[in-house]
Amino acid sequence: MAVVRLSKVSKAYGTHQVLREVSFELEKGRMLALIGRSGSGKSTLLRCMNGLETIEGGEIEMAGHKITQGSVSLRALRQDVGIVFQQYNLFPHLTVERNVTLAPDVVKGMARDEARALARRVLAQVGLESKIDAYPDQLSGGQQQRVAIARSLAMAPKVMLFDEVTSALDPELTGEVLKVMEDLARGGMTMILVTHEMAFARRVADTVGFMHHGRLWEFGTPEQVMNKPATPELEGFLGAVL
Amino acid sequence: MNSRTFSWTDVLFLIEAARWTLLLSAIAFAGGGVIGLATALARTGPSRLLRSLASIYVEVIQGIPLLALLFLSYYGIGILGINVSPVLAASLALVLNAGAFLGEAWRGCIEAVPRTQWEASASLALTRPQQLRYVILPQAVRLAVPPTVGLMVQIVKATSLASVIGFVELSRAGQMLNNATFKPFLIFAVVGAIYFACCYPLSKLSGRLERSGNGSRSPVKGF
Amino acid sequence: MSYQLQFGSVLANLDELLDGAATTLWMGAATILLGSVLGIVLAILRTSGPALCRRLIDGYVEIVRNTPFLVQLFFIFFGLPSIGIRLLPIEAALLALVFNLGGYATEIVRAGIESIHPGQIEAGLSLGLSRWRIYRHVVIVPALERVYPALSSQSVLALLGTSVVSQISVVELTAVGNTIQSATYRAFEVYIVITVLYLGLAFASRGAFWLIGLAAFSRRRRLGARA
Repeated sequence: MAVVRLSKVSKAYGTHQVLREVSFELEKGRMLALIGRSGSGKSTLLRCMNGLETIEGGEIEMAGHKITQGSVSLRALRQDVGIVFQQYNLFPHLTVERNVTLAPDVVKGMARDEARALARRVLAQVGLESKIDAYPDQLSGGQQQRVAIARSLAMAPKVMLFDEVTSALDPELTGEVLKVMEDLARGGMTMILVTHEMAFARRVADTVGFMHHGRLWEFGTPEQVMNKPATPELEGFLGAVL
Repeated sequence: MNSRTFSWTDVLFLIEAARWTLLLSAIAFAGGGVIGLATALARTGPSRLLRSLASIYVEVIQGIPLLALLFLSYYGIGILGINVSPVLAASLALVLNAGAFLGEAWRGCIEAVPRTQWEASASLALTRPQQLRYVILPQAVRLAVPPTVGLMVQIVKATSLASVIGFVELSRAGQMLNNATFKPFLIFAVVGAIYFACCYPLSKLSGRLERSGNGSRSPVKGF
Repeated sequence: MSYQLQFGSVLANLDELLDGAATTLWMGAATILLGSVLGIVLAILRTSGPALCRRLIDGYVEIVRNTPFLVQLFFIFFGLPSIGIRLLPIEAALLALVFNLGGYATEIVRAGIESIHPGQIEAGLSLGLSRWRIYRHVVIVPALERVYPALSSQSVLALLGTSVVSQISVVELTAVGNTIQSATYRAFEVYIVITVLYLGLAFASRGAFWLIGLAAFSRRRRLGARA
């Protein structure tokens, strides 16, 4: 059963068309990796799926929540769709625990003890239980990004979006973040990521989408997309990055 | 005219009057703080109407002399039929004045919190009031402390103009004393020194907070 | 019962009000010009002058910033005659206004210079002409460009601050208002009219500063002089 469904999603910044009739479906528990040049629209597409950007045409359905160009119940959508950003965007004035428990507390009204236990559990999942009382600026970039993943997990989302989450990290720190994501995928989380980590996409994702000029240019298994590109555009892109 | 000498009793008289300066400052800061917060929230908020109203308020107050505002307040309250007390008129004018300057400063602090903090909290399904309360304002407050302390100095100095509508605070007391003793050089030097004693520590504090606050983002608790 | 606003008797005195506004305008302009020059000179001395000079300038800036303008004005007008310095009201007013704005301008320009040129400027007063020229182009002009917005808004505040000199009977806009209100008993209307006139002066001067800024700095930017 498809938990993510996009049909003819379009968006423009002024006269510049950033998304052109993007359509695809994703089954529950799958991982989709979106690849493509910068400016191809992949990050914009991801942000549309969480209502951080509006769309001008088509329809998005995420875990049962519909997004159209009209009104959207963003709060309900966002309780079921988490996003992790390139720059982590942790709350610098709050401890790791409070970063993680803020939304369960104020959005879901979770009790304090329960929230603390939840924080421990999701932090253990990303291997950072010991940092529960630290502040973000006391952590490395990789650790901050793992806290950001835990923060998102604490809302028990049905779909998680990852927007170039390793791009701001030093190469030696990307591994720990990718490992956490791989564990999540194994655990059955539905994930969509925008990434430049081609090897990771090929190994872990079960679907790969190539974005080009705002279109979903090619879409299929890693095997199809990355080994047997059907278009010269994708061939050129793969040739440049691999 | 027979003038008398200037004595320690007179210095005490001035210090007594300075209490009214501080009281009026406290009123202006408290009232101005409430209006300033509302203004800052309106100017950074989603409602176009509130944004415009708040920005007109700031533009107008910052475009007229405080002295004119004091006169307007004094005679305006008068024609409403309320018995005009100088302290009421002065409080109203100073609150309106402080509200505009604090509102403008605080708007800047709210806008200085990175947009990504709004995005991150929005994507966790927080409502706008929740975003403000838990994520944006706590960070803006830290940025706001140095300019706010700086504006407190402006407020203390601004209360001196309440003397023109007959409120007896420090400056007015100085004028009264001068009329009795004719020692203007000494009296206004002492008056100035008392203001300086109130304001200088605040100025220094503001400067120090600004220098120490900028670089580090280490956890500062207790705000 | 209910109060009727009547502007007739106030507007009958429009000529005097406009005269007052003209006085306010030229006093403001003189203050801004002289105060800015004073501020620039003192800021240069503050960043590259001898130590004693720096201390004195710091003291001056702190006195200006931490005492009310009204008290500075009273001290100059009422206090200085006791040590033999007698000034006409308009002279005392201008002196006080320039003294006041000069202090703020010093601080603003100093911050600008330090943002361009951190640390010591060893050259100081011993700068030869050619080095002074370099200093002017490399430090002073970019610093002024950077602080121009802050200097402009401080200047508008100074223009509005001229209303305070009505307290030593300089016949500017506020003082004219005071006179008219005691003759017509239409105080609220009088102050509404002068408030509107001040608002006009403030907006016009903000516009003027914007245009001056555009003329003075944008050509440099277009030519890429900063690069």
